[in-house]
Amino acid sequence: MKFGVIIFPGSNCDYDAYMAIKTVIKQDVEFLWHQDVSLHNCDCVILPGGFSYGDYLRTGAIARFSSIMKEVMDFAKDGGLVVGICNGFQILLEVGLLPGAMLRNTSLRFICKFVHIRAEYENTPFTNLCTKGQVLQIPIAHTDGNYFIPDEGLRQLVENDQIVFRYCDENGKVTPEANPNGSLENIAGICNQTKNVLGMMPHPERASEAILGSDDGKYVFQSIVNFFNQRR
Amino acid sequence: MNKENENRLAVVYVKLKDGVLDPQGSTIKNALENMGYQGIKQIRSGKIFEITFQKDEKRKPEDLIDEICRKLLTNPIIEKYNFEIIK
Repeated sequence: MKFGVIIFPGSNCDYDAYMAIKTVIKQDVEFLWHQDVSLHNCDCVILPGGFSYGDYLRTGAIARFSSIMKEVMDFAKDGGLVVGICNGFQILLEVGLLPGAMLRNTSLRFICKFVHIRAEYENTPFTNLCTKGQVLQIPIAHTDGNYFIPDEGLRQLVENDQIVFRYCDENGKVTPEANPNGSLENIAGICNQTKNVLGMMPHPERASEAILGSDDGKYVFQSIVNFFNQRR
Repeated sequence: MNKENENRLAVVYVKLKDGVLDPQGSTIKNALENMGYQGIKQIRSGKIFEITFQKDEKRKPEDLIDEICRKLLTNPIIEKYNFEIIK
């Protein structure tokens, strides 16, 4: 299986994602440039964290017009696997591959710390190695991670089982105290209706080896490989 | 008439929709209260863009600016906008 990690001007988690896939998950991986007009036959595309275009205007608002995003749109519409992490999630929201929008954290602070998230569904390409309700310890690092969606959109997310991760305490309880940024319904990650596009604010690539404090992030990447191998 | 006079100017105001949480606005309001200002009911923050653009006989400036607002300057899920064509 081959992964592609897109580099936008201002991406800064690109090498983390690359190394996690290459050395921990041990799959093929290559960098894709934001001006590329092909995904180089990658089976899964990762939009990494960072500050694409300096977060100018709105997070992800300028990156969505990169030439590679047209390829990502077509790929996703054909069922291709796409993962947006942090700034990558923000880009997927702006381009419309995922519903909703990000507001500034309620604290107005940049928050960089380990949090607990609960896998709400195991029936996705990104969580199939998790058990339902499994708690993962994965860090966040963002200023604009306060997920918002109007009522009707939220109803659809719930009905279609699109809320993949929620912020929770270490016992898996979803509480207001466990919500680091004010996200609606403690939402930390969502997928599209067809479940081939994932966006999540926590950084699984930063928690892929025990020496980094947690290797729970591996579940996300290994689930993708597992899904891919079963689909073949 | 020199070239400068053929330029148009639009000012776009973008703000969060009513009901969408504005943490910056509420923090500024709290700061004002701490400074002793009484009776500040609400602050909603936003952005202003001044757009200088070339006159185009074929296109109404209102249509152009509206399109720019929709396509790039705002995220319709959380933001609303209005604009004035100043000249």
